[in-house]
Amino acid sequence: MGKELIHLKINGESYEVAVPPSKLLLDVLREDLGLTGSKRGCDDSSCGCCAVLLDGVPVLSCVAIASCVQDAEITTVEGIAPPGTFDPVQEGWMVAGGAQCGFCTPGFLISAKALLDRNPNPSLEEIRIALSSNFCRCTGYMQIYESVKYAIERARAARPSKPAAVGS
Amino acid sequence: MTDAPGKVTGIARYADDLAVPGMLYGLILHSPHAHAVIRSIDSSPAEALPGVKAIATGKDAPNPYGILPIGHDERVFALDKARYIGDNVAAVAATSPEIAEQALDLIRVEYELLPAFFDPLEAMKAESNWIHSERAHNIEKEYHHSFGDPDAAFAGCAFVREQRYYAAGVNHAATEPHSTLAIWEPDGRLTVHSSTQVPYYLHRTLSEVLEMPMSQIRVIKAMVGGGFGGKSEVIPLEVAASVLAKKAKRPVKITYTREEVFLAHRGRPITIADLKIGTSREGKIQAVAARVIQDGGAYCGYGPVTVLYSGALLGAIYDIPAVRYDGYRVLTNKPACGAMRGHGTVNVRFAFEALLDELAHDARIDPAEMRRRNLLKAPCITVNGLRVTSYGLPECIEKVVERSGWNQKKGKLPPGRGVGIACSHYVSGAANPIIRSNMPHTTINLKIDRDAAVTVFSGASEIGQGSDTIQIQIVAEVLGVRPERIKLVAADTDLTPIDLGSYSSRVTFMAGNACIAAARKMRDQIFAAVAKRLGCGAEDLDARDDEIFSTRDPKLRMRFDDAVVAAIDFHGALVAQGSYAPPEEARGGKHKGAGVGPSPSYSYSAQVVELSVDRETGRVTVHKITAAHDCGRALNPVNVDGQIIGSVYMGLGQALQEEMVWQDGRQMNASLLEYRIPSTLETPEIESIIVESNDPEGPFGAKEAGEGSLAATIPAVANAIYDAVGVRINSLPITPEKVLEALREKEKRERLGGDGAGKGGSR
Repeated sequence: MGKELIHLKINGESYEVAVPPSKLLLDVLREDLGLTGSKRGCDDSSCGCCAVLLDGVPVLSCVAIASCVQDAEITTVEGIAPPGTFDPVQEGWMVAGGAQCGFCTPGFLISAKALLDRNPNPSLEEIRIALSSNFCRCTGYMQIYESVKYAIERARAARPSKPAAVGS
Repeated sequence: MTDAPGKVTGIARYADDLAVPGMLYGLILHSPHAHAVIRSIDSSPAEALPGVKAIATGKDAPNPYGILPIGHDERVFALDKARYIGDNVAAVAATSPEIAEQALDLIRVEYELLPAFFDPLEAMKAESNWIHSERAHNIEKEYHHSFGDPDAAFAGCAFVREQRYYAAGVNHAATEPHSTLAIWEPDGRLTVHSSTQVPYYLHRTLSEVLEMPMSQIRVIKAMVGGGFGGKSEVIPLEVAASVLAKKAKRPVKITYTREEVFLAHRGRPITIADLKIGTSREGKIQAVAARVIQDGGAYCGYGPVTVLYSGALLGAIYDIPAVRYDGYRVLTNKPACGAMRGHGTVNVRFAFEALLDELAHDARIDPAEMRRRNLLKAPCITVNGLRVTSYGLPECIEKVVERSGWNQKKGKLPPGRGVGIACSHYVSGAANPIIRSNMPHTTINLKIDRDAAVTVFSGASEIGQGSDTIQIQIVAEVLGVRPERIKLVAADTDLTPIDLGSYSSRVTFMAGNACIAAARKMRDQIFAAVAKRLGCGAEDLDARDDEIFSTRDPKLRMRFDDAVVAAIDFHGALVAQGSYAPPEEARGGKHKGAGVGPSPSYSYSAQVVELSVDRETGRVTVHKITAAHDCGRALNPVNVDGQIIGSVYMGLGQALQEEMVWQDGRQMNASLLEYRIPSTLETPEIESIIVESNDPEGPFGAKEAGEGSLAATIPAVANAIYDAVGVRINSLPITPEKVLEALREKEKRERLGGDGAGKGGSR
C-alpha cells in the first residue's frame, strides 16, 4: 500500500509523517510519533482508552483516520498540560486514587478535561454521563469521581477571581 | 501512588508501548476447531513471503509447561491436536503487522476433527476421545474431603436446605490486553518485557521451554494495565514471542487483540455447586456439604488450586463443626480457566450466603443476626485446619448494618425494593508456594550509598494495586526517612531477588514483612554508627523525618545524610537483606489437597446491597452498596478504599451482567462491546468502610485488601432481590430474563394457592 505525506497538529507541534492513507490516528500516534500515552484496550471502539481531543472534543483515535484530521488541533494525554506542570484533572487523578493500573487513565483524563473545559462545575450525574464512554476495570469509579471533584476545586482555586464589578 | 505522575502524563510504559530497533511484529495462528488432530502444517508459502523472518510451530518448542508442577499439559503451539477454538497452532514474526497477517493466511493446516466436549457434565460421562488421553473421563482432578461428622451433624439439624447454584464463566477483562516484547540479545541471551503478574514463574517456564539456563534469560515486568489473575500464569504469547525471537535472532513483540485476551482467558470457571447446609433451631450452622463441578476448559492451568480453594474456604469463614466437600475440575474444549480475583471462593460463597439467607428465613432469624450467631472466636483453627489469627468480621457486620440502615430497611422497604446482606473472606497470600521448596516467598535487598538515597530491590509485581507504593512506605517508616528518598527497582530478574508474584493477595503481607526485616537490619547498621558518633546507646535511638535522635536526650540528633556517611565511613555502600516465609503453623493440615487454603492471615468482608426490581422488565437497579472490609491495618487508606470498591465493582459485574456466552465451543461475545463490564452508568454508589483488626503477623498489622470483598457482593445482590420481590435467582448472572421468569413462576404458584417464596419470605 502506498504512503502519503500528512500534516498533523498535535499538542501544539506540527508533524509531517508518511503513512498509508487508511492508517488510524491511534496507530500513527503510537507507532509513528512515539506518543504511546493513548492506549488500545479493545477491538471495537468500546473501551475509551484511546480518546484524544480534536478541537477540544473527545474522539476515539482508534476510529479516526489520521489523514482526515489534518485540519484539527489534536490534544493527547501527553499534551494536556505544559511539560513540568499538571492540569487540574491530572492532579485530581494523582491525589484521589483515580489511577490504579493507569491504563484507562489517559482516556479518562481526556474525557474529564473536555467536560470541565465546557462545564467547570458539573453535577455528579453530569460527571457520570461524561465518563460513561470510558471503561475502568480497577476503581469502581468512586475514586474517579473524587478525582474529578478535586480537579474542579483545583481549577476553581487557580482561576483569577472575577473583577468585583463589571462596569460597562 | 508513587507511579501516578507517569500514569497521568502518558509517560508510563506498558509492554505494548515498548519498541526497539529492528523489532518484528508477531502474530499467532489460532485453531478454528474445538477438538482436532493436526495432521500437517505447511508454512513454506508463508516463509517465502518477503518480510517474514520466522515461523514457529509445535516442533520448535515441544517441551510441555504449566503453572502447577502437576499440570504440565500445555505447549506453546499444539503438537498433536488443538483442544479449543483459539488454541495456538503456529506463529509468525515479520517486519510489519500487515505482512505478519498475510503470512498467517498462507499457513496451511490440515485438521482431522474429533468429537468435542462443551458441557462439563457431558464431558465427565465421555468414554473416549478424552481431551488429554491420560485424564480419564476428562476429569483433571477430583478431591473428596470430610471434616467432623457431617452425616451425624445433618441428622441432628432443625433446618436443612439443599440447592443447586450455577455461575457463568467470567473474564478478568483488564483494560490492557496482554503484550510481550522478547529481545534476542547479540550475546545469545534473551530479555523479555511482559505484562505479567508472575515474572519468576515466567522466567522458569521460558527456561524449560527454550532449553536455556535461567541465568541467560532476563524477565522484566513492564507497567501492567490490570491483572486480576489474568496475567498470573504464563500466557501463550509470552512463550510464542520468545520462541520467535530465538528463531529470528531479532526482537519480537506480540500484543493480543481483545478477542485473543478472551481466547487466552484463564478466568473464573463455569461452576455448578450443589450445596447443603443444616442449622440448629437457633440458626447455628451444624454441617455443610458441597459437590462442586468446575468447567476448567482445555488445560489444567491453576485448575486444581481453584477447586481446592472452593472447598477450603467454603467452611472456614464461620464456626462450622462438620464439612464435606467433593470437588471436580473437568476438562472441556474451551479456553482454559484459571485464577481470577477471589480465586476459587467467589462462586461457592455466592451459593453459601444465598442458602444461608434461605435458612435464616426458615428459622425466622434476621439474616445479619444469623451471621452473628455463627462467628468464629479468633484466634482459632477451623475444622479444616486453617489458622485464624485475627477476625474483624463481627465489626464488619456491625458497621454495614449501621451504615446501611439495615434494621430500618430489612423487610420494611416498599414492594420492589430490598436489601440483602452477605459476608466473604480471603487469604493474605498462600502459605504454601506453588512449587514446593524451602526458599523464602519474598526477599528484599536494600542499598544505601553516600548519596543517602535508599534503593529497594524487590521482585514484587506492581499491577495497579499499589504494591510499589506500599513497599516504599514501609521502608520509609522503619528507617524514619521521607518516601521521596526511596527508589524502588522492581520485578527485573537480573536485578531483583525472587518474589513469587502478585497473586492470592500476598504482596503487602509478604513483601511488606520482608521490607520490614530488611529495613530493620539497615537501621541497625546506621544506628550503631550514629550511637558511636553521638556517644549514646543504639537502643536509645529512633528516626523520623530524615533525622535520627536519642529518645533520652533530644539534643543528641543527626541528619540522615550525615548518619549514612558515618555508617559507611571507610567502606562502600550499606546493604541489607530481609525475607519472608509463612510460619510452619500457618501451613495447614496433612490431608491430600491441604496445601491450598492455608494463609498466614485472612481478610473479612460484610456487605449490604440496596436495590430495586422492576416487575415489568425484570431489571435490577442497584442503589447503593455498603462494604466493610477487615484489612488488618490500612497502611494506605486511599489504596485500601480503592481495592475494596474495585472488588465490589467486579462482583457486581459478575452478579448482574457479565457472562461469556458459548455456542459449540465458540465464545459469542469475545469483545468489550458485548462482554459487558459495568460502566459508570451501571455502577451505583459504593461506600467502603475500613475495619482494622491489627493482625499479629501482618506488616504493621496489615493483611489482604484486594480480593476479599468481591465474593460478598454477588450473594448480597441475590439476597436483596429476594427481599425486594420474593424470588431466589440461583444462577449467575442475574439477568432480567431470569428475574422475569422467576416472578412469573412465583405468580403462577401463588395463583395455584401455594406458598410462593418459601417460609417467611413472601411479600
